[in-house]
Amino acid sequence: MKRIGLILPVALCIFALGMTGCKRTLKGPTPIPGQRAQVPRTGDEGFPPVGRGPVVPGGDDASRTTRIGANPDGTFSATGLEEFEGMLKDPAALANYTVYFDFDRFNVKASERSKVEAVAAQLKGDMANKLLIEGHCDSRGTEEYNRSLGERRAQSLREMLAHLGVGPERIRTLSYGEDKPAVQGENEEAWAKNRRGEFILLRPKPQ
Amino acid sequence: MKKRLMLQVLAWVSLVLGVRAAEEIDIERLAGGVKTIPISLSGFTGEVESVLKFDLEICGFSVVAADKAQYWVSGSNGASLVGRVTDRVSKAQVLGQEYRGASPRTLAHTFADDIIEKLTGVKGIARTRIAFKGDFGKTSEIFVADYDGHGARAVTSDQSIVAAPNWGAGRKVLCFTSYMKDNPDVYVYYPASGERRILARYSGLNTSPAISPDGSKVALICSKDGSPDVYVCDMDGKNLRRVTRTKESESSPCWSPDGRTLCFSSQVGGRAALYKISAEGGEMRRVSTVGVGGNLTEPDWSPDGKWIIFTSQTGGFDLCIVPAQGGEAKVLVAGEDPSWAPNSRTVVFTRRVGGGKRVLSLLDVPTKRVKDIARISGSSSQPSWGR
Repeated sequence: MKRIGLILPVALCIFALGMTGCKRTLKGPTPIPGQRAQVPRTGDEGFPPVGRGPVVPGGDDASRTTRIGANPDGTFSATGLEEFEGMLKDPAALANYTVYFDFDRFNVKASERSKVEAVAAQLKGDMANKLLIEGHCDSRGTEEYNRSLGERRAQSLREMLAHLGVGPERIRTLSYGEDKPAVQGENEEAWAKNRRGEFILLRPKPQ
Repeated sequence: MKKRLMLQVLAWVSLVLGVRAAEEIDIERLAGGVKTIPISLSGFTGEVESVLKFDLEICGFSVVAADKAQYWVSGSNGASLVGRVTDRVSKAQVLGQEYRGASPRTLAHTFADDIIEKLTGVKGIARTRIAFKGDFGKTSEIFVADYDGHGARAVTSDQSIVAAPNWGAGRKVLCFTSYMKDNPDVYVYYPASGERRILARYSGLNTSPAISPDGSKVALICSKDGSPDVYVCDMDGKNLRRVTRTKESESSPCWSPDGRTLCFSSQVGGRAALYKISAEGGEMRRVSTVGVGGNLTEPDWSPDGKWIIFTSQTGGFDLCIVPAQGGEAKVLVAGEDPSWAPNSRTVVFTRRVGGGKRVLSLLDVPTKRVKDIARISGSSSQPSWGR
């Protein structure tokens, strides 16, 4: 035990010289049910990735007020907040289409796809409307990690809507992380209801 | 021959890591392997006695009977506080001082700081402050308090959701996230003047601000160009530059004390793990954390540059520590979101206590001693130690 102070720097030194000889005593993580084994990719389940290469998704180009970028990795640059200012929130309009996610994942499950299609249809039906997607997490994650995960969930839904022909510049994402649970409780039932993406229709202010 | 090579290696190590490296790199010793220094406490009453006990116990001392003590801490508190420290064996007085002109709490904290500095050679932390998120269910506000939780007061009244406060050096500036304007935006707040400005309000996520040690820049998470990535901007929000470019999420950046490197959590390899990158951008390098599994998030780099403390999530949450260059990592205690004190040995962190409630506790890393701090009515989380 006392010698470890001596051994560590020497081991580091050897490592630095490019002779990795450290004995690894990996304990291995405790498995969590439902924990993913590899990187989740939006598009793995249900729909192909959007915008690999210089692809600008089509659909409703006419409504595009701000040029927004489809990134090579399938994500989108966001439209400026000013494009959504003054619009009226209608949380009831799309309340039935809340999408639920698996633990610690942000990919949209195939079973949730029909909800996103319904939202796409509504948005294509009235080009004056826009959309706010709120991303939420359960409490089983650290707070800032969950804030990023919630954003990635909302973005997954935006990517799917873009693939379904809705201009992504009409969509704003907002992550609450674990700060706005749908239900209280520290059990699987509550957690499952809190891992979600909510669609809030944005209507233009009446003139 | 072997001996010669060994000596050469040792000399090289000494050159690179400094002569005391062999002692300082000892993670077994750091992570709970240090014995407390036994002291006795006599002559003090009430609040002064309890403050002294708290301050000394969280910095590596144990209060024991006089005949078992290495040092006797004695004195009295009335109109002023008189404090003495005596070496039990030599009977020599190590410290003798009278304190006056402040509240009993402050006098006691000041005496505790003097004792700690005299006996350990490291500046005390009893008069430092923390910031944290106070959560009341539907709303949350940013609070500041003494390091022991006393004197907590809200610095925001947004009636919204707030998150991730972070002090700049010298506590002249505080950054945090607020949803006040219907989006997670990062704000800069100057406590002296009360001035508050928006630092980052872009479409999508703006959060996790971390002020650089020299106070000139802020690292943060934004998602305006795609998935949540690490960005760096000036203190006025200008010159925002994207530092990481991944499809996956990044979170919780922190700075190396020299301000050159950022450490953060990324999901790029599947599970969340710790990575480093130059603050100027470039290649992400994974921080080796041998022996610790799960999702690794919330790194905080010790002010002396030697350690990174972080949260690992396997089922619950654990505070873990690894040398800043990576290597063997150790689980310390259950908890999350650690923030180093300026002494590079104490941390403040969040503990879940059931029913969705969270409280703040202090951990003395070398002795693994944990102490809860004074609570506010709601939940407390995301502490940041003013350094």
